[in-house]
Amino acid sequence: MSEYIYYPGCSMESSARAYGDSMRAICKPLGIDLKEMDDWNCCGATEYLSLAKLPAYSLIARNLALAEQQINGSHTVVAPCSACFLNLSKADHYMLESPTFGEQVNEALAAGGLHYTPGKLTIRHLLDVLINDVGLDKIKEQVVKPLAGLRVAPYIGCMLPRPDYSNHYSDSEYPTELDDLMRALGAEVIDFPLKTHCCGGHMTQISPDTAFELIRRLISAADQFEADVIAVVCPMCQMNLDAFQGQMNQHFHTKYKMPILFFTQLIGVAFGEKPEALGFGTELVSARDAMQRIGVQIPVVEQAAAKPRKVEGLPMRPPRVKTGRKPGNGHKEASK
Amino acid sequence: MSAEEKTPKEKIGVYVCHCGTNIAGMVDVVGVRDWAQEHLGKDGVVISRDYKFMCSSLGQELIEKDIKELGLTRVVVAACSPHLHEKTFRTAAERAGLNPYLTELVSIREQVSWVHTDKAVATEKSKSLVAGTVKRIVYNEALEKLKVPINPNTLVVGGGIAGIQAALEIANGGFHVYLVEREPSIGGHMAQFDKTFPTLDCSACILTPRMVEAGTHPNITLLTWSEVMNVSGYIGSFNVTIKKKARFVNEELCTGCGICMEKCPLKVIDDVYEAGLGFRKVIYTPFAQAVPKYPVLDKPNCTYFKNGKCKACEKFCPTNAIDFNQQDETLNVEVGNIILATGYDLFDAGKVTNYGYGRLANVFTSMEFERLCNASGPTNGEITLRDGKTKPESVGIIHCVGSRDKNFNNYCSTICCMQSLKFAHIVKERTGANVYEFYIDMRTAAKSYDEFYQRILEEGTLFVRGKVAEVTDAARNPGEEGKLIIQVEDTLAGKQRRIPVDMVVLSSGIEPRADAKQTGKLFGISCSSDGWYIERHPKLDPVTTMTEGILIAGCASGPKDIPSSVSQGAAAAARVLDKILQKEVELEPIRASVDEAKCSGCRICNNLCPFNAISFIDDLAVTRINPALCQGCGTCVAACPAGAINGTGFSNEQIFAQIDGILMAV
Repeated sequence: MSEYIYYPGCSMESSARAYGDSMRAICKPLGIDLKEMDDWNCCGATEYLSLAKLPAYSLIARNLALAEQQINGSHTVVAPCSACFLNLSKADHYMLESPTFGEQVNEALAAGGLHYTPGKLTIRHLLDVLINDVGLDKIKEQVVKPLAGLRVAPYIGCMLPRPDYSNHYSDSEYPTELDDLMRALGAEVIDFPLKTHCCGGHMTQISPDTAFELIRRLISAADQFEADVIAVVCPMCQMNLDAFQGQMNQHFHTKYKMPILFFTQLIGVAFGEKPEALGFGTELVSARDAMQRIGVQIPVVEQAAAKPRKVEGLPMRPPRVKTGRKPGNGHKEASK
Repeated sequence: MSAEEKTPKEKIGVYVCHCGTNIAGMVDVVGVRDWAQEHLGKDGVVISRDYKFMCSSLGQELIEKDIKELGLTRVVVAACSPHLHEKTFRTAAERAGLNPYLTELVSIREQVSWVHTDKAVATEKSKSLVAGTVKRIVYNEALEKLKVPINPNTLVVGGGIAGIQAALEIANGGFHVYLVEREPSIGGHMAQFDKTFPTLDCSACILTPRMVEAGTHPNITLLTWSEVMNVSGYIGSFNVTIKKKARFVNEELCTGCGICMEKCPLKVIDDVYEAGLGFRKVIYTPFAQAVPKYPVLDKPNCTYFKNGKCKACEKFCPTNAIDFNQQDETLNVEVGNIILATGYDLFDAGKVTNYGYGRLANVFTSMEFERLCNASGPTNGEITLRDGKTKPESVGIIHCVGSRDKNFNNYCSTICCMQSLKFAHIVKERTGANVYEFYIDMRTAAKSYDEFYQRILEEGTLFVRGKVAEVTDAARNPGEEGKLIIQVEDTLAGKQRRIPVDMVVLSSGIEPRADAKQTGKLFGISCSSDGWYIERHPKLDPVTTMTEGILIAGCASGPKDIPSSVSQGAAAAARVLDKILQKEVELEPIRASVDEAKCSGCRICNNLCPFNAISFIDDLAVTRINPALCQGCGTCVAACPAGAINGTGFSNEQIFAQIDGILMAV
């Protein structure tokens, strides 16, 4: 068993529970022991990093300071979320790069009786650990149910390989680690050209139109290449592509139904774990049909009926005159 | 103090130059003059003068007159950098009968007036520097220049157009040349091209006559499929070891009929001449006009060498020229000068992953495209997509791939703009396709180049100014399906554009040879941080290096087009002819030497010498320095833990005295 300090971040037990569940399910057979650090806090996400550097990085560095206290034989902090990974790495990198900034952050941490030594910890993403520590050979050994016949679009997103401070990825623009991993599971991997393009990030909140366009590009490209599912490595990517796929379809009058799965869920399936234990069924665009194609049955989960949207302001009747706008391209037409 | 009361041993003259206002504008020249007269008398200064332009003939005469009339034994001139006028003043002193090495220059222009803004401080610094040199010069010794004879033979390394030109110039001058090329034929990159810009004459048509001339010239020994293994010696008498790799073809018997190539049953991808876009046989000449005409057998791919069966070439050869037992040969040649014309490598466009080379079939490199449109290339000059059939209807040419890019090479590769324009013309002419050029800046700065650019503009090629972000096959908009989409910020229109095309050509930059550093070490010359060989002077001496007798020409010192490469080949040859005709060469006597009694034989200095001048004498367990090879850089002097190495002109006494002098004025 290799021990790691585990920083879950806010999503692993909530919006990305499927990621959390499936990660735990595969760590055991791969000999990864994740020790969750005590008293961790928010990584800062994307919210005010650009507004006030010192408080933003002090918030992040608090996690590093705590992790440093809790070093348990491993100096490596594993963050499964790309945003958490990047923020923790950035805090460490900036403190190391500018000793003055490092001192300022430590001054702020001292108010809480904490201190972080820049460079003390190594911050890594789960994908990096699987590829570089565990290795594809060991992963292949665990495969009992190859994903043969499942066409996977590996989507790594923007934050993992860029700026890649520790040089762990084969390329910043076109890293192929996730491709290799999916291939090791026996999946049919498409050469997904948009693998490091943006998923929209927090644009879904501040400028949905922008986000919808970015989401459409990814989904339609995967569809064009006839992928059955998109495999992702980041809760934010999963959320944007899955939860906002319906709104995106509405916006563009399209009918895409592209399931978005965490790479750990697919690893779990290949390792022969039960789909229920891997968080299948919690995705909004159902992966049931896609998984059925390779003989994996996903149980139906009862879902609460969606609450009607709260109407703000005065009510309005639906328009009496039809606009005559045709519904746009669906999934089949677009694939031509 | 007693030392100061002694009569100084030397009579020193100090001359401070105004250099118009160059120095006088920032340094109180008269103040420096008076200070030297007043404070350095005890060190031997008998006269201190200033003059408006010391380097003028009147200024020089002033010094000569003082030497004769006052009997000066040392001269210190405070003026510009020694790079500029050291020789001028040393020659002047020599005319007056003083050994030239007893005159020194103090740089109070480059190191003082041009770099300071406070006149008082600049004046004080000038005094310090003058005092340092006055104290130091007392210990200068009268030195004699070394004279070495010049072997009239020359080695030219690299048989591209620059090397061919250099070899021909020297050979036509009546002297012998060894032309070494590691590929089976001379011709270099130019032999791969279809057309040459801006005149669009056929590259092979202008090159092959030169190749034939070099191949048949009585004064040229052509050594292809050969590499230089070792170089020893120095200017005038280099000893060079050359490995002549086994061709498995007896050159005496071979007539170049080509039957062996026709009969060889195995084709392999030709990564060199065809840039990976075509095939060649295992026994081959890279192209029809190859010089020499003898083929080479590619041993690692040969069926006979692998399985012990085949020998088709041997069976069909009408003159029994195939020799499977041939071995590599080693030749030793003596030469007086060496010209390196080692050329360049193409930047690996696959490194720019966002352009998709190696992943997207219809993305080509510039060298692949050269082969594609070459009449002797894999498609006989038909421009097609990677399937070998389909003609493109639209082609995007991307400039600056790997050049002017801080992720790869910072420099401009200089040839790509013109090369891309040439491609646009060829595509238009042969296919009528729409051509887009994606450029950052157009650089067409040579004779008739900009006129060519105007011509391409008029032909209707579309120019988009902006660095391409990505080449992708992910269609987003209608009309993009099945195309390569070029995503680019059009900086003139101020908007993002997506341009779907059938074919993309990456105008890859050019890079130093992958082994340039080792080659540099072999010949004792150094590379810049980019990897190109460093010239003695980038403007005034571009074809010689800091190592006497080693010259560079063509792309070895940086990206160049064909006219520049040819000019450099000829220039290097002229330099060599000049040396040969002088029959002997004078070398600067600034040299390091080893006091063998002090040398402990630790060998620390052995690998430090950038000029390969140091050798270890096993019997005596001491190190020795070859004075003709030594360039006086001082690296070994500083490194020797025993203080056993002495640098002429930079002895410990001189350095310490100089430090004393500099500190004295502080």
